[in-house]
Amino acid sequence: MIDKEVDSCDRAVEGVFEGASIMLGGFGNAGMPGQLIDALRRKGVKNLTIISNGAGTGPFALGALFAEGLASKLIASYPAPTAVGFRDRYLKGEVELELVPQGSLVERIRCGGNGLGGFYTPTGAGTELAHGKETRSMNGREYVLELALRADFVFLKAHLGDRFGNLSYRGTMRNFNMVMASAGDVVIAEVDQLVPAGGIKPDDVHTPGIFVDQVIEIARLPKLLELPKEGS
Amino acid sequence: MTNLSRDGIAWRIARDLHEGNYVNLGVGIPVLVSNYLDPDQEIFLHSENGILGVGPKPEKDQLDLDLISAGKGFCTLALGASLFDQQISFTMMRGGHLTHAILGALEVAENGDFANWKVPGEAVPGVGGAMDLAIGSPNIYVAMTHVSNKGKPKIVHRCSAPLTARSCVKRIYSDIAVMDLTPQGLILKEYMPGFDPIKVQSMTEVKLLVSEHCHEMLVPPIASNGVKLYQS
Repeated sequence: MIDKEVDSCDRAVEGVFEGASIMLGGFGNAGMPGQLIDALRRKGVKNLTIISNGAGTGPFALGALFAEGLASKLIASYPAPTAVGFRDRYLKGEVELELVPQGSLVERIRCGGNGLGGFYTPTGAGTELAHGKETRSMNGREYVLELALRADFVFLKAHLGDRFGNLSYRGTMRNFNMVMASAGDVVIAEVDQLVPAGGIKPDDVHTPGIFVDQVIEIARLPKLLELPKEGS
Repeated sequence: MTNLSRDGIAWRIARDLHEGNYVNLGVGIPVLVSNYLDPDQEIFLHSENGILGVGPKPEKDQLDLDLISAGKGFCTLALGASLFDQQISFTMMRGGHLTHAILGALEVAENGDFANWKVPGEAVPGVGGAMDLAIGSPNIYVAMTHVSNKGKPKIVHRCSAPLTARSCVKRIYSDIAVMDLTPQGLILKEYMPGFDPIKVQSMTEVKLLVSEHCHEMLVPPIASNGVKLYQS
């Protein structure tokens, strides 16, 4: 019987090694694997490369990986001005930042999960984010070569999961989680609720279990949540 | 002389959006446009974290932690809304499926180049989806003050701030004028009461061509929601 359930986040992150690359799903709080990130902080392995859309807000959760000196590189599109955990280390030169346009970050991860080497995009052409990258003119437009991105570990957050590793999201939780699920060697999902086999209708499976290695049911920790602003 | 307030610029932009448009509103002045859209027209607002059909802000007792917009604030869903992941979201943006993207800017150049992502003095750079939006949407409209806080023109021969994208801006809405960027040049279409084409030219580095239909802008001093549309 297939059973990908793991009983704790600490056990799930046991295999993470020094110098590992880790993709983290989430955009804001939605779909952010806060408990897995906190378990990684407790484990304390260093020299991590974090691949994420942002750098969290404040010095907790994702921000704590920087504040506590565990991460040495961030590949992201938008480390917000409120990401103080990251900012302080970055300004001291202790963390390297590879800034990637958000759509190119998504597509690089997609290529990584699809066995592709990279892609040409007009995004960033003629800007400083294309510096050092190969460019090519096609049909009169300039395109920038962006290379595939994979990670040693991927942490996901979904609403529902089952023992097969099937995942279902709600609201805006899908964001980076769906594409990242395919792009890691070890893929670990934190879910609000683990349901019995068949508990997620096939129509409602957003991430098929083939991509997922481990599933943990765990309640969200309010202290790890970024505080969303009221309204946009 | 009367200058539009930030809400005034947003109000004016909203008059040019119509039923069937699919629109991404950037941070700053653009996001205010949602407050002034005609409720009788079905206009879909896109949020790059995975929503087409962003609705109004929720009441305080109806917050959904998993439903946030790109500004990381809580939101609701409009009639006909859909939720999706980052791949689909950036397909809409890069693939030219959105009809409009309204973006803030630090500078716009006469050839349609613009700069908006790297704010001088900001310690940590962040680009998000700005570059992907800029290369994808057929109608890039910029909302900004006509001159900087120091009175320096923001419509210039060549951008001095790092570029977001080349040759893509189609229209500029400032606090004193509406202008189109065309292959023929920068065309003045509307100016605020108390201004005239000569005065607008004096605040613009780029040579203005005056449209034969150029006229005074028709914006009321106060919107129906009670917000002041003119600077006081």
